[in-house]
Amino acid sequence: MACRRCSRVWPMGQARCDRCGSKLVSRDTRSLQKVWAWWIAGVIAYIPANIYPMLVTNTLVYRSENTIVGGAVEVAHHGAYGVAAIILIASVLIPVGKFLAIAFLAITAQRGTSVTPRARTHLFEIVEFIGRWSMIDVFVVAILSSLVQLSVVASIRPGPAALTFAISVICTMLSAQSFDSRLIWDAVSRQQPRKTP
Amino acid sequence: MSPDQLEHTTPDAAAIKDLIGCPHCDALYVVRLPEHGGRAVCTHCHTVLIAPRKKAGKKMIALTLTVMILVIAAMFFPFIDINASGFGNSTSILDAASSFRSGYMVFLSVLVAAAILFVPLLRTILTLYVLVPVVRDRPPLPHARRAFRWSQELKPWAMAEIFAIGCAVALVKVQDLAHVGLGPAFWMFAALVVLVLINDNFLCTWSVWKSLELEED
Repeated sequence: MACRRCSRVWPMGQARCDRCGSKLVSRDTRSLQKVWAWWIAGVIAYIPANIYPMLVTNTLVYRSENTIVGGAVEVAHHGAYGVAAIILIASVLIPVGKFLAIAFLAITAQRGTSVTPRARTHLFEIVEFIGRWSMIDVFVVAILSSLVQLSVVASIRPGPAALTFAISVICTMLSAQSFDSRLIWDAVSRQQPRKTP
Repeated sequence: MSPDQLEHTTPDAAAIKDLIGCPHCDALYVVRLPEHGGRAVCTHCHTVLIAPRKKAGKKMIALTLTVMILVIAAMFFPFIDINASGFGNSTSILDAASSFRSGYMVFLSVLVAAAILFVPLLRTILTLYVLVPVVRDRPPLPHARRAFRWSQELKPWAMAEIFAIGCAVALVKVQDLAHVGLGPAFWMFAALVVLVLINDNFLCTWSVWKSLELEED
C-alpha cells in the first residue's frame, strides 16, 4: 500500500503514513461519491454564473451589465480577438470541458471503457493542472473593480456572477482532487494480471 | 523520453523501505536513484517519481527567499494606475483583493487575497522551515513533516501566476476607457511568477521526504 502524498510504501493495514502523516487508504471507496457531490455543486453554481452579470460598468453616458459571454463578445467587437479568446477559453470552454472530463473519468472508473488507462491518466492530469486557470475571470473582475473607480466618469462594480463563478471553480477543483486516480488502473489489473518485465 | 525507468517488482522481493509506489496508479518499484538531472518515471502512467537536481536545496532556498521578498513588496506598491478625463486612480494588490467589499462579496475578497498573497506567502515560509535545516545538515525542526505536507497540499491553491495573466486581460479591457499604466508592483509580480515556476520545477518531493526520514532515524 503506497502513500499518495510521499509515495512511501507501507504494509497493508497501516492507518497513517509515518513519513508524512497523511492518512493511508488502499482505495478511497467514497472517492466517487465525493467527486459527484462536488461535481453537482460545481454545475449548479455554474448556471447562475452565466445568467447574472459579472461586471456592472457605469460611465457618464451609459450603464452596462456584462455576463461572461457578453463581455467576451464586447471585447471582440473592440478588435481584441486574442483577449476575447482567452476569456472564452478560460471561463466557458475549460469549465464545461472539466465538467465533461470529470464525469467521463468517474463513469468509466466504474463501468470500464475502451479508452486506455494511460490516456485517461493524462486527461486527469490535464484536468488537475488546468482547473485553477478558470479563476482568471474572477481576478479580472477584482482588478477592474478596484482600478476603475473614477467617480462619475467611469466605475466598475462586480456582479453576483463573480461569486457563483468562483464557487463553481472551487467545487470542480475539489471534485478533481477527490478523484482517486488509482481507480483508473484497477480495472486493468482486474482484467489481466500485471505483466512482469 | 523517459531515462532511467524503474524496474517493476513484486512487493516481497525487496525491503519495503526501498520501495516506491506511484501515487497515480499504485504501481510498485524498487528505488534506484537516477543521475542528477535525470528523472525516474513510472512505466505505467508516466508520472515523474524522482527528479533530483544538483544543489537543489540551496537554489530553492535562494529562490524562495526572493519570492517572499517580492510577495511582500508587491503587496504595498501600486500595481496599475489609470487616468481618464482628469480623474486618476492607482491600485495595489491589496486593493484588488479587497474590492468585493459589499455584503456577501466579502467571501470572494478573502478568497482572492488568500489565493494571490497569503497562500503563496505561507508556502514560502513552510518551504524555508523544512529546507533550511535539511540543507545545513541539521536535524529537521519539529513538525517539519507536517509543514512540508501542508505546503504540498496548498500548491494548487496558490494562484499568483493566474492573477498575473488576469492583469493582462484587465488591461486590454479598460484601455479604450482610460489611459492605463503599470506600477512597480506589476513587474515584481511578473518576476515572481517566473520564480515560482522555476522553484516548483526544482523541488523533488521524494528527495525531501527521504531526507526528512533519514534525519529523524
